[in-house]
Amino acid sequence: MSFKTHCLAAVAALALMCGAVQAQTLRYANQGELKSLDPYTVNETTTNAHLGHPYEGLTARGKDLKIEPALAEKWEISPDGLKWRFFLRKGVKFHDGSDFTADDVIFSADRVRAQGSNFTTRIPTSAKFVKVDDHTVDVVLTAPNPILNAQWDTWYIMSKKWAEANNAVAPTPAAATTPSHASLNANGTGPYKIESHQPGVKTVFKLNENYWKKIEGNIKEVIFTPISSDATRVAALLSGEVDVIEPVPIQDIQRVNASGNAQVLTGPELRTIFLGFDQTRDELLESSVKGKNPFKDPKVRQAFFQAIDIETIKSRVMRGLSTPSPLMIAPELYPHAGFIRAKFDTEAAKKLLAEAGYPNGFELGMDCPNDRYVNDGQICQAVVGMLARIGVKVNLNAQPKAQYFAKVLKPGGYKTSFYLLGWTPGTFDSHNVLYDILGCRDVAGSSRGESNLGNYCNKKVDELTDKILVESDTAKRNAMIGEAYKMTVDEFSYIPLHQQALAWGVSKKVKLAQRADNSVLLYYATKEQ
Amino acid sequence: MLAFVLRRLFQSLIVMLAVALIAFTMFRFVGDPVNQMVGVDTPQEQVAQLRQTLGLDEPVVVQFARYIYNAARLEFGVSYQFRLPVISLLGERAPATLELAFMSALFSLLVGIPMGVYTALRRDSWLAKIFQTVSLVGISLPTFLIGILLIYLFSVTLGWLPSFGRGEVVKLGNWWTTGLLTASGWKALILPSITLGLFQMTLIMRLVRAEMLEVLRTDYIKFARARGLKTRAIHFGHALKNTLVPVITIAGLQLGSIIAFAIITETVFQWPGMGLLFLKAVQQVDIPIMAAYLMLISFLFVTINLIVDLLYALVDPRLRATIGAH
Repeated sequence: MSFKTHCLAAVAALALMCGAVQAQTLRYANQGELKSLDPYTVNETTTNAHLGHPYEGLTARGKDLKIEPALAEKWEISPDGLKWRFFLRKGVKFHDGSDFTADDVIFSADRVRAQGSNFTTRIPTSAKFVKVDDHTVDVVLTAPNPILNAQWDTWYIMSKKWAEANNAVAPTPAAATTPSHASLNANGTGPYKIESHQPGVKTVFKLNENYWKKIEGNIKEVIFTPISSDATRVAALLSGEVDVIEPVPIQDIQRVNASGNAQVLTGPELRTIFLGFDQTRDELLESSVKGKNPFKDPKVRQAFFQAIDIETIKSRVMRGLSTPSPLMIAPELYPHAGFIRAKFDTEAAKKLLAEAGYPNGFELGMDCPNDRYVNDGQICQAVVGMLARIGVKVNLNAQPKAQYFAKVLKPGGYKTSFYLLGWTPGTFDSHNVLYDILGCRDVAGSSRGESNLGNYCNKKVDELTDKILVESDTAKRNAMIGEAYKMTVDEFSYIPLHQQALAWGVSKKVKLAQRADNSVLLYYATKEQ
Repeated sequence: MLAFVLRRLFQSLIVMLAVALIAFTMFRFVGDPVNQMVGVDTPQEQVAQLRQTLGLDEPVVVQFARYIYNAARLEFGVSYQFRLPVISLLGERAPATLELAFMSALFSLLVGIPMGVYTALRRDSWLAKIFQTVSLVGISLPTFLIGILLIYLFSVTLGWLPSFGRGEVVKLGNWWTTGLLTASGWKALILPSITLGLFQMTLIMRLVRAEMLEVLRTDYIKFARARGLKTRAIHFGHALKNTLVPVITIAGLQLGSIIAFAIITETVFQWPGMGLLFLKAVQQVDIPIMAAYLMLISFLFVTINLIVDLLYALVDPRLRATIGAH
């Protein structure tokens, strides 16, 4: 009897200890791991967001994704657009106590473009960084570039002295064969310092008391743990062991909201999910149609487009958490006004197929990832069913992203006839979409259209894209972008499906701003004591 | 005897090489690791260069030969994901897995044996029937489901035990971390140990029960009863002792599989051990980790089997005779 009471008392004591959490410590779990701390190793949203705590760039992006000054207080562009002058913030210190100066910016500009960096596209290779004085840097360009600093919020500035002292001048390449100091330690100017980092297990961030600005949140310490299993991650949130999780699987959203101690923040994400066609081969790799490529005919592409019931995908597959899109870009990045999706109409689609010479439809292979985007595999299955209604028999090949990307991307030889892909323009700008996804792939040595897996090609769009890059007048530029999008929409270049939704699980004790690029930034978080 | 040992060692070596070859060639087909290391919009020259640096553009035979050469020196290369030597990553994660495996083995023995004895001795009692039913559940339910059910009951609903992780760990020496010295560490061990050990527990319980029933029918037990020994002495002094020989053999062999199959339990509980590392490596096509882990596990099994074989030879005179005859 007394043993039993002891046991109960022990259990109660343990339960109490579990509940007594240190105030202003925020525990955060993501499905992905934080691998390298070197800010130039992997260009990936989650990693960039993590490293946005110890590090920061010359510019930052606010909650609304607008470009804001950060380590650069302000900048000026010369009238010809060839020289940008950045005025650096004075009195900023790195975590090791050294001063932030123009030398660090020039060092970081070299390092980010050095061999082994995954961020070489952040700055044009031809751009020269010139030190004017300790707190002024000129960037000299060979051609105007109005979106020069569009991605500088994730080009993090590193300390020259620290890198030199720790043998970390060269970026840690993804294929590093020796561990690098910079991949296990961080020395930035950002609002949080890295207290400890055990790759793939746990990372502790401590507030940087000497940060140059007052942060919005009140979190003194962030403990980050990856939890890859969906069920466990949700359970950890519901049991109060973690305060923030990303993502919440959409089938669990209702349960989290009903739990009373946590809620799900949802919002549209900037990523556009779309279907693409092989429009370049003379005969499709996986199809019953021989001797010709049906997708070269815009009517076939239109038929596919109109066969897709996007509202059903939204309500059934995505459980309401998607925004159907007429364009290959999210409305937050380019307004959708004036564009509407071609109507879902099975009969019209059948007629179009018949006009194109396929009254009985045809057979076709489709490639799809099943662990990359929200419910990607299910979306593809729904598409297969919808296309069956117009007589197109689709053989779906849904695979994990490792195999999928190996097959369909450039190194695999773009081996796909019909595929599903998602894209967020890294610059948050239409030029990226027009260049990477809608640009012709035919110029050797150019990176244009590298992610245009089916090689949709319209030279007029390419011409406009080049003009858009150098156009500094915003109104004119937007009009040109609209014109380019119109051409691609009229030709049914792709089938944009939707922008998927973000779903973050947040404890009721925590208030957190959700940024549409899915960056979980905990300096925005406040937690009740 | 020496010839026998050498022959067994040689056979083990062949097995290891075969595993290495299978593992290595299999990994050629799991996807392109380079795609996992770079973003989708990385320029292709960079990708090609990366491939070259990693030696992935060389013929498979060359890659395999290099791998064997390095593995023999315990150099398993650098993880593609973490940019850290694989051997140090595995070393860092090993304590978590070993502690978990040890605790679940202990749990399965300490709970399984008494349950087996009880169900053998009181076959018709209601408690024995409950034990039997529970053991059916343990054998038929998949591990991940048991884990998730336990999490929902004890973490989410009751809030008693943590749902993930190892709790607070203490560093012992240079490379061993233990969760056995903190309250949160012990609490974190409970659910994963039960999840991982449940199958072994039911196995042991059923084994003990069957053996016990067998032994209780033998003549020496009858004689013991005839001599008027106390039931307690007969059951535990004579019957159980003889039951335990096969149980210990099985439990020893099962220890290997507990370590090897901790993968699922570790994933469900985000237990930072080798199994979780392996599973993440599979998802990310981190070939060095996958290859090293498979080699390690096969080494474990080969070693255990070798020891068992040698022990049998030592213990069983009949086997020794055949060896001598060769």
